[in-house]
Amino acid sequence: MEHTHSSEVLEHVHHDSSTKKIWKTFWILLGVTMVEVGLAFLHLETGFPSRVLLNAIFVGLTVVKAFYIVAEFMHLGSEIKNLIYTILLPLLLFVWFIIAFLYEGNSWKNMIKDLKPGTPIETPKAPVKEAGHGHY
Amino acid sequence: MDTAVTAKKKWWAGGYSPFNVSYGKLMMWYFLISDAFTFGALLISYGTIRFSSTSWPDPNEVFRSFPGMGHANLPLVFVSLMTFILIMSSVTMVLAVHAGHFRDRKAVAKWLTWTIVGGIAFLSCQAWEWTHLYHEGAWWGRNPFLNVDGTLASTNFTNFFFTITGFHGLHVTSGVVLNIVILANVLKGTYEERGHYEMVEKVGLYWHFVDLVWVFVFTCFYLL
Repeated sequence: MEHTHSSEVLEHVHHDSSTKKIWKTFWILLGVTMVEVGLAFLHLETGFPSRVLLNAIFVGLTVVKAFYIVAEFMHLGSEIKNLIYTILLPLLLFVWFIIAFLYEGNSWKNMIKDLKPGTPIETPKAPVKEAGHGHY
Repeated sequence: MDTAVTAKKKWWAGGYSPFNVSYGKLMMWYFLISDAFTFGALLISYGTIRFSSTSWPDPNEVFRSFPGMGHANLPLVFVSLMTFILIMSSVTMVLAVHAGHFRDRKAVAKWLTWTIVGGIAFLSCQAWEWTHLYHEGAWWGRNPFLNVDGTLASTNFTNFFFTITGFHGLHVTSGVVLNIVILANVLKGTYEERGHYEMVEKVGLYWHFVDLVWVFVFTCFYLL
């Protein structure tokens, strides 16, 4: 019973600041999502921001949300560095995966376009032109 | 402060966890890393196929319905509600974990119950969305939606959508089941006897991960 008593005292000290932090994270996540949806609507109505800029903003804001979920809700922010690096460093492989595979996908698209039946054969011209610029 | 502690304590000298967490919690993190790669592989293959396609259906055209609103054009509204539900259930989960630190059994049970309610609400939303899309003619192997440029779309769009949101929904389902098991143990007093509520933290990690994945699914399928 002593235990319950001391933990209750602790509760009053800690409860407020911790709970406040949790709700602050919630409002950040909700706010960021609302900004994303708002921007999507703005784009639908006015065409501003341009698709490329909008996508860049979306990806950036997604990373922001992911950071808050992992750091605050999953408490990774308050773990020791050994654990943080053990978890985050393997995820760096994603940087390579994403770049390599999206590049590959784009390259397929171009290949399919170039090899479509009836595509005028223009490709041989390009290297000749380039050679004229003194590329070699 | 962390660095000071790390420098003083020889974390790799043995005798204690070099990660300063229990075995179970570390293994949950390892599992989540592997699960992150599974989801990553699915989402990256989706991105690859999308990049290799000359055109793709417009999500604002496909996902524009809301239950009970008939044919009103409401892009993003329903999925925003789903996102809100999942974020909210993440908050109630943190509050359950937080209450567990103080061994406040009643509060843990209360917040876990709300988390389960949130999970079930999310799954219900997804069930409605899938049913609605199914009635519009979308399913694995069937895609009634045209590309943005008006050309006929391949079934890649629906295949990826149902596979990835389905895989995520499966994770939510198992999360709800785990939460129910944990809640039963809380009510039985298992963790009171054990002296700590770490199981709530471990399941909490999984639950937040499911929320984390949804953040990426939301961006990849509904925004981009």
